[in-house]
Parts: sequence; C-alpha cells; structure tokens
Amino acid sequence: MRKITYAQAINEATKQLMERDHQVFIIGQGCTSPWYVGNTTNGLFEKFGEKRVIDTPISENGMSGVALGAALTGLKPILIFPRMDFMYLAFDQIINQAANWRYMFGGKVNAPLVIRGIINRGGEQAAQHSQALHSMFAHVPGLKVVMPATPYDAKGLLISAVEDGNPVVYIDDNWLYKEEAEVPEEIYRVPIGKGAIKKKGKDVTIVAISYMVKQAAEAAEDLEKEGISAEVIDLRSIKPLDEEIILESVKKTKRLVIADVGWQTGGIASEIANKVYSKLYKELKSEIEIVALPDVPAPASQVLEEKFYPNKNNIIEAVKKNN
Amino acid sequence: MTNNISKDILLKMYETMLLIRRFEERVGDLVLKGEIKTPCHLCIGEEAIATGACLALEKEDYIFGNHRSHGHYIAKGGDIKKLMAEIFCKETGCSRGKGGSMHLIAPEIGLLGTPPIVGASIPIAVGSALSSTIKGSNQVSVSFFGDGATSEGVFYESLNFASLKKLPVVFICENNFYSTHMPVFKILADTNIAKKAEGFNMPGVQINGNNVIEVFQTVQKAVERAREGNGPTLIECLTYRWRGHVGPDDNIQGTHTDIRPKEELDSWKEKCSIKRLEKYLLEQGALSETVKGQIIEKIEKETQEAVEFAQKSPYPKEEELFEDVFKT
Repeated sequence: MRKITYAQAINEATKQLMERDHQVFIIGQGCTSPWYVGNTTNGLFEKFGEKRVIDTPISENGMSGVALGAALTGLKPILIFPRMDFMYLAFDQIINQAANWRYMFGGKVNAPLVIRGIINRGGEQAAQHSQALHSMFAHVPGLKVVMPATPYDAKGLLISAVEDGNPVVYIDDNWLYKEEAEVPEEIYRVPIGKGAIKKKGKDVTIVAISYMVKQAAEAAEDLEKEGISAEVIDLRSIKPLDEEIILESVKKTKRLVIADVGWQTGGIASEIANKVYSKLYKELKSEIEIVALPDVPAPASQVLEEKFYPNKNNIIEAVKKNN
Repeated sequence: MTNNISKDILLKMYETMLLIRRFEERVGDLVLKGEIKTPCHLCIGEEAIATGACLALEKEDYIFGNHRSHGHYIAKGGDIKKLMAEIFCKETGCSRGKGGSMHLIAPEIGLLGTPPIVGASIPIAVGSALSSTIKGSNQVSVSFFGDGATSEGVFYESLNFASLKKLPVVFICENNFYSTHMPVFKILADTNIAKKAEGFNMPGVQINGNNVIEVFQTVQKAVERAREGNGPTLIECLTYRWRGHVGPDDNIQGTHTDIRPKEELDSWKEKCSIKRLEKYLLEQGALSETVKGQIIEKIEKETQEAVEFAQKSPYPKEEELFEDVFKT
C-alpha cells in the first residue's frame, strides 16, 4: 500500500469528503495558508473555490457561530483553528452554543459540526501558541473529542467525525504532520470512542494520547530489551472514552502508566486513573503513574521546553518506578 | 388601504400583536401564582417588532432569537400550546421541557433557536445565511437581539463578516433602552446603534419600533435587498418593555427593583403599538368594534386552551434527562 504523511492524510480525507458531499465545507483562519495549517488544506481552495474553502477574519467566536449556523441549516462544516490556543476566544459558541444546542432545544435539531484544533507546540512559541485543550473539551457534555496519533487514524477519524452528525472536536498535532504510514486511498472510518492496541504486552499497560503514542511505542521497544513487556494503547478518542480496552488490558498487566499531552491537574489522565482505580483497585499491583505536562504554562526557551515536554524517557522512568 | 399593505396583513398584524400581549399577560399572572417557575423575560410593549418583521418573511426564512423570544416564536407562527407547555417545562413543550422560557425552537416554521447568552444568535444567523449562499437557496436569516448585545464583540465580528460576504441576513436590534438594569447611555459611548453599520459598509436604519407598519416595510426592504444578493442591513427599532428585565414586575423607581422613572414607563404606554394600529384600522374602516370583539374573544380562547394544555401536560420522565445530548 502507498504511504502518505499524517498531514497528507488529513488533506486527503477533507478532499474526499468535499468531493463526495456538497454539504461539507471548510472555514477558519488561515485555512488557505500552509504557513498556518501545514499541508493539510493544500489544493482545496483551487479545487473547491471560495464558497467552500472560507479563509476568515480573525474573529474566532464569530466564525464558530457562523459554522454552527451553517450546521443547523443542513451543512457539514469543518471549522479550523490553526492553533488550539485561539479556541479560548470561541468557548461561548463551541461550548455554550454548539455543545448544548441539541439538548437545550429538546433534540429538535442536530449540530453536525467538526471543530479542528491544531496543537502547535515547540519552537520557543511559549504560552499562547502551544496548548493542548482536549481535557477542557472532554469535560463538556455534548462534545465528542478525538485525537489521532497516526496517518491512518488521522484520515479515518476525520471521516467519522464529519459523518457523526454531532459536534466533534478533532485535534491534530503539528509534531505528527511528517509521520508517514500506509493509508488506504478510499474512504474508510475509524470508529469514535474506540482505542487501539498499538503493541501487545503483559507487564504494564501504557495508555497514550496523540503525540505520546509515538513516545510510548519507542519506550516500549526500549523496555522490551530490558525484559519488561509493555502493552501500548492508543486512546484515539478522549470522549467517549474506551474504558473497556483500558480495563481489559490492566486486568491482564495489573500496572498502568498514562501518557498525556496535556497538563497534570484535572486532565483526562486523572479521569482514566480514577476509572481504573475505582474498578480494579484490588487487582492493581502498583500505583498508577501519570506522565503529563507540569502545571505551568508553556515556556519559550528551548532549555525550558525540553524540561517541560515529556518524552519516552519519562515514560520509561514511570514504568520502572513501580515495576 | 394606504401604505400599500393589504387589509388581511394589517388585521394579521393586529391579531398577532394582541396574541403576544395577551399570551404574555397570562404568563405574568401564572408566574405570580407560582405555577410558572422558569425565568420569563416578557416583551410586553415590544410586540410590533417581532410582528412586523416576521410578517415580512416567508415561512422558509430562518429566525433566531434570544432570552426574550416568546414574541418571535408567536409572530413566526409557532404553536402556542407547545410554547406555553415549554414555559411550564412540560414534556409537550417545544423543547420537551429541556429549555424553559429562554430556549425555544420551532424548526417547522423556521425558528431554529433562541439562545439566551447575549448576542449569541447573531453569528449563528450569519451562518445560516452563509448556508443559503452555499446551497443556492433563497432563504433569508434574521437575528433578533437587544441593545445590550451591541456591547458584545461577536456583534461586530458578525456585522463585518456578513457585509464582507454580502450574506442574506437582517440584524434586528430591539432597543428598549435598558441592558438589564443599566440604561443604554450608561453603557454605550454612542447610543445610536444604527450608525454602527456605517463602519461595516452596510445600511443601518433607526426606526420607531412601536409602529408595526414601519417595522414591516423596513424589514421588507431589507429582506428584498438580502434576497437579491446585496447583503445585510442593521435595523434598530426603538421601543420599551413595559415589564422589567425578567418577570412580571415593572421595575419602576420606588419599588424594590428601583430602576426606571414611572413617568418614562407611562409615556411609553401612551405610545402602545397595539392601540396605535387599532386606532388606524378603525379610522380606515378596516376594523369594526364587532370584528375587534371577535378577535379578542378568539385570542382569549386560544390562550386559555394553551394554558390548560400546559397545565394538564405531564412533566418529562426521569429517563429523559439522558436523552437528546447526541444524535444517535
């Protein structure tokens, strides 16, 4: 099978969805600019024109309302935020409005809106161009949250998100854009709410999210050499959470490490730890370890960045701590 | 008739305004009796705006409201039994008891929601207008909002984008001179709201929101402009709410809410939109005392039926708490 990158996979999914369904369109700041969104929208403006590829003024809340209004009237917008940090400006339209709309109006209308937020860390960009906000969105009823870690899932989850018929926050990561893997040329789906076992193992379960899946896979390879067999789960969806795949794995390994791209406190990792502990506390052989960002804003200096972002070594340390 | 408006439409205006008035008076009474508990923001005094605007629209056109939207729902042609039932938070309500007075919907007549976060529906109406241009449909969208919403950033974001893309949307500002308890002159550096359109290269007009004929004709013109692809219009309708920001209380000075001078309220009651149209219709011979009596009797009966329907309807079942979050 041909190989394409993570960014190309997003691009191909968007293109195929727009070709197949005239109700699909993209809207967002910088969505015609590779500088803003990498190669994920290359060629779309040329192919579909300004009516369906709408680069916008810097009006995050307004544009989110516009996308919601289009969704309520039968279209399927993909709303793009070139940096997730900018989504804070749109919390009213994303959370108060889009997430609540169906429920607060008694299920009378649907809001088939995909909200694509790009994590764009590193490069000394500091506090306001580096954040991963998945746990905040996962807190809100009425939103689904997906985070592909591979080119295959990047394509399949975007297709599922657009077909879902509900507000779905789709979070991709610039650090993964150049990852290459086999991706089918046709349209296919990766189910929302289902994790995947990336590597089988028996001594410890590592549940990883987004970019940390790659780190976890590398950590597992190194651990294997030392005789520790780690099972790596790629969570893929933050909400709904695939509890079953996690519980089944931990029942077998009795140990759990969670590797997240977000902050420690109040994050999805804590939620997973709580679910596992409350259901399997008698079976656990050690404390649950969380590898996540420390509770400080993202720094600029490269030296501080290296300390701030966890990597495979932090995962290895966490595994060994209790093994 | 003068004004080139048919007698049928003029009578429809009269009947709609009276229905909104009477419906809300009943709501106010039921709040005082304790039968209605959901917060109700009454539009008594402002009926001409919803009525004139919605009569200038087609059924297929979309409208979006706000926290004060009983009038928009009724004027667009929504079922008042389902409205009253929603205000009672019953299962038979338009939002199945999940919304209450502040969250109304009637997709069958083009009302796609009334979110009560101030200014929230303004960009959403711009989005439904964008939808019309993408689909190539001829539908126009309207957002109704108050003077208070013009302090929200999203109002300006919406005006800019709608005008930039020449979208078929009409912005209708119901300026009742109070942003909850704050008089507009205390919160706006320039209280002329219509003038703000200039900065976005679109027409803005300030009209008498208590003159239903003026509202109707102004909105008709804006809708025509929108349908022809010439873009949005901002219409500022000057009006006054007879009751307070929320609930049946009139918020006059000297009472516990202590906000508005009694003389101010009294002067606006003199400018009642319903009385104004009634006088005109009687003078023009379009309405007789007999027909007036019949209309009032019909409205009395309809509102009574709506109240009884709401009273008799069941509350949502407990398991409905978990329904409607997602389309499945």
